[in-house]
Amino acid sequence: MKNTYQIEEIAGPSSREIMFSRILGHRGLIIGAAVLCVITGMAILAPILTSHDPFTQDLSNRLVQPFWDEKGSTSHILGTDALGRDYLTRLIYGARVSLLIGFSTALGSGIIGTVLGLLSGYYGGRVDMLVTFIITTRLTLPVVLIALAVVSLVGGTLPVVVSVLSLLLWDRFAVVIRSATKQIRSKEFVSAAKAVGCSTPRILFVEILPNLVGSLVVIGSLEVGHAILLESALSFLGLGVQPPTPSWGLMVAEGKGLLFFKPWLITFPGVALALLVLSLNLIGDGIRDVTASKGIE
Amino acid sequence: MVNDRPENILTVDNLVVDIPTPAGVLHAVRDVSFGLKKGRTLGIVGESGCGKSVTVMAIIGLLSKKIRVTAEQLKFSDMDLLGLSGRKFADIRGEHISMIFQEPMTALNPVYTIGEQLTEGYLRHRSATKANARNKALRLLDRVGISSAERRLNQYPHELSGGLRQRVMIAMALMCDPDIIIADEPTTALDVTIQAQILSLLSELQKETGTAMIIVSHDLGVISRVADHVLVMYAGRIVESGTAEQIFATPTHPYTQGLFSCIPVPGKTPKGSMLGSIPGVVPSLIGDLKGCMFRPRCDLASDRCLAQIPAVNFPVQHHVWCVAPVEELKERSEKVMLF
Amino acid sequence: MIEKKKFLFEFTDITKTYHVPQGLFSASRSLNALRNLSLNIRQGEVLGLVGESGCGKSTLAKILLRLEHPTSGEIIFSGKPFSEIKRSKLSEIVQPIFQDPYSSLNPSKTIGQIIEMPLIVHGNHDKKNRRHRVQKMLELMALPSRMLNVYPDQMSGGQRQRVAIARALITEPEMIICDEPTSALDVSVQAQVVNLLMSLQQKFKLTYLFITHDLAVVEHIADRVAVMYLGQIVEEAMTDEIFSSPKHPYTQALLGSVLTPDPRKAAPKINLGAAYPNPIDLPCGCAFHPRCPKALLPDCSVIAPDLVQFGKRNVMCSQINLNELRS
Repeated sequence: MKNTYQIEEIAGPSSREIMFSRILGHRGLIIGAAVLCVITGMAILAPILTSHDPFTQDLSNRLVQPFWDEKGSTSHILGTDALGRDYLTRLIYGARVSLLIGFSTALGSGIIGTVLGLLSGYYGGRVDMLVTFIITTRLTLPVVLIALAVVSLVGGTLPVVVSVLSLLLWDRFAVVIRSATKQIRSKEFVSAAKAVGCSTPRILFVEILPNLVGSLVVIGSLEVGHAILLESALSFLGLGVQPPTPSWGLMVAEGKGLLFFKPWLITFPGVALALLVLSLNLIGDGIRDVTASKGIE
Repeated sequence: MVNDRPENILTVDNLVVDIPTPAGVLHAVRDVSFGLKKGRTLGIVGESGCGKSVTVMAIIGLLSKKIRVTAEQLKFSDMDLLGLSGRKFADIRGEHISMIFQEPMTALNPVYTIGEQLTEGYLRHRSATKANARNKALRLLDRVGISSAERRLNQYPHELSGGLRQRVMIAMALMCDPDIIIADEPTTALDVTIQAQILSLLSELQKETGTAMIIVSHDLGVISRVADHVLVMYAGRIVESGTAEQIFATPTHPYTQGLFSCIPVPGKTPKGSMLGSIPGVVPSLIGDLKGCMFRPRCDLASDRCLAQIPAVNFPVQHHVWCVAPVEELKERSEKVMLF
Repeated sequence: MIEKKKFLFEFTDITKTYHVPQGLFSASRSLNALRNLSLNIRQGEVLGLVGESGCGKSTLAKILLRLEHPTSGEIIFSGKPFSEIKRSKLSEIVQPIFQDPYSSLNPSKTIGQIIEMPLIVHGNHDKKNRRHRVQKMLELMALPSRMLNVYPDQMSGGQRQRVAIARALITEPEMIICDEPTSALDVSVQAQVVNLLMSLQQKFKLTYLFITHDLAVVEHIADRVAVMYLGQIVEEAMTDEIFSSPKHPYTQALLGSVLTPDPRKAAPKINLGAAYPNPIDLPCGCAFHPRCPKALLPDCSVIAPDLVQFGKRNVMCSQINLNELRS
């Protein structure tokens, strides 16, 4: 009888190919990604999209209505704010601030949380106890109050806000990466890597971390939204980004006194914030759905 | 109807199970037919992906609603199982047809005691008193060889070892005196010595209670010791069926022969020799399937294998689904005898 | 003709104890995974290590791979203390093949990356040379070279196991620990892997520590067999001797449980009782006595037998006497 091993065909498409086809079929993900692309495109192409400068004040043209109102004009499509600055321009430039702060914070907190999660998940024991203690401590802290306190002490510049938020928002990363690492640590390929003589940093960053990219992207997208909302809250309270930098939160603050008379001053930045965070959430959910392993029906 | 005989407690005719997937329809089970007599044991053997587990899950109605189950006939005693409502099926499950699963670690609910899980089905099906149910549970635990049964009733699954949990599962299956027990890989997750004990127990209980049994396994040793009648499945179809003696003494289908040549038998296989093997992989069961699915891996393959394969009936009960010349099959059969 | 092979590994009195925490306020209990275990592995042989769950065979494998350290005892490798061998040299001595082909390959890496990883870890920075060696490995495993860029989830269990073998062999170790390499595979695929392992062993004169519960495979492939129970070796002998006349009651029960595919026989009746081996709660005296059909109380519950050498066989049982063995 025929014996020994034979060359066989590869069975099945790769999970990457399957994932791409799932991505294309996931409506929420497509919508979220589209909205994010539009906003990001807007932010990048800001100087091309509008001829106005977000900082130029024109006190003779204060509080002009948006163009669809009878008193409005097309030279200021969304009107002007209390200092005569073109509103659409400030809205578009405000996207830059939100996106910048959102992604920088997510990157910073992601690095902190991932390193902590990897270490505690991999080593277990005392290291795990220590990191869990740190996480628990962080969770008891009131984030907004601390951010307010630090900013009021040190000043509200962009780097300060990003640093403070990064140092406060890493907990979700740490928790999820920790449990994911624990699961992967028990897999045999990690034992095989150790048996070959891989150093621990190599195991953590080259063997284990690439398997966590899916989770990282999901949490990252949610944390970007989280950071953006926090920044706008801080700016609204006057302790985030400082005027005259256009920040959507700041614009809401500036417009709140005129809520009943000039409602567009709050509406536009508010809607913009909601759309951006919604799109990020849709992306996060979508990626989680798409990268989830298929169970048996 | 081929398998419809009065002494058959279960009749399955042309069972078809189709699973819709994003890539197309997966034909997990195709035209499986058999009859199960009262008090007898049917063994279904095959490798992973052959459809044996899906077959029994379809019979007991445990497949998800998205999966299409059709058959010309699916009868338990006189009752038609096709198109039975969920409620009615639940009535049959546990009372008339019960199931023992593979993983004793996960088949028991960790937050309920053994006693609660044992009596749950009995209380539901028989509307008995708690005391009656408890007494029956005690008797059965004793019968399956669990000592200090009283104490065990109040224990939780994690306090028992794998072998003990499997015995509890057997006791659970017997609580309502079912007519049929379906055991899906009942000993695969157990240690070798425990496996022998569990199988021995199952055989004894079956003879005692006269319950019919369907045992599904990939382990040829398990099937050979326990089954009266055997079905060999490959790629969703039955390729060979017969009594255990017939299948193991004269394996006729090329797949069965290939399978048998892969197993080292202590005392028979020359030590250090290369084991036989079946080249290739199980083909995908999605989409249009023509002819014999074993063809790409069979060294007797010919163009005739592309058409529908009829059954070749050897005297009394031994059926083979293959178009190769019978003499050639019989000649090869002698080379792979396992005992 | 019996060749006098040199010892590759010599284990003397190895003990490995884990401390299992019993909650925040209770003291931890000790789990005796290995107890005074002595074993020799000869170069070029296939040593089968059989035993059921809780016997400690996986712990022994981990110690050999330096994933764990023995609590006490001595390990000698080719005449030198094992502990003195540097980590970097270890992968040229011993490499593993694990049971689960689905978790033994990193799902985020391609096959090429998986197989060449040991080379990178050992300082081979020559990309061409690495590729070349990986290609040769793939050929040896009868895997097509286009598999280099394929991910594990596109492959079948048998193919993955071959990748695992390739990864184990690429550092050219002297010994391979096969930890249940075929248990998670279909029968027809098991045969392919076993054939591959046998031919590689002959070709490269490898030493195998073949850990398994499948006694039929062990009988086919192993030169010698060691039977483990609750952290100790209870019997050790040449394969044909153990299979034809097992002496220890546990070995007898184990071999009696093997289900050869013989429909004329019924399920074997094994008289071992319902107690199960628990390495945390060890019985006094002989660890096997609660389940032993030949136990003689009260002796067996008090005396812990030693591993005694009878000719070329080692047995650990108080009830065996020299007369029985001579027959």
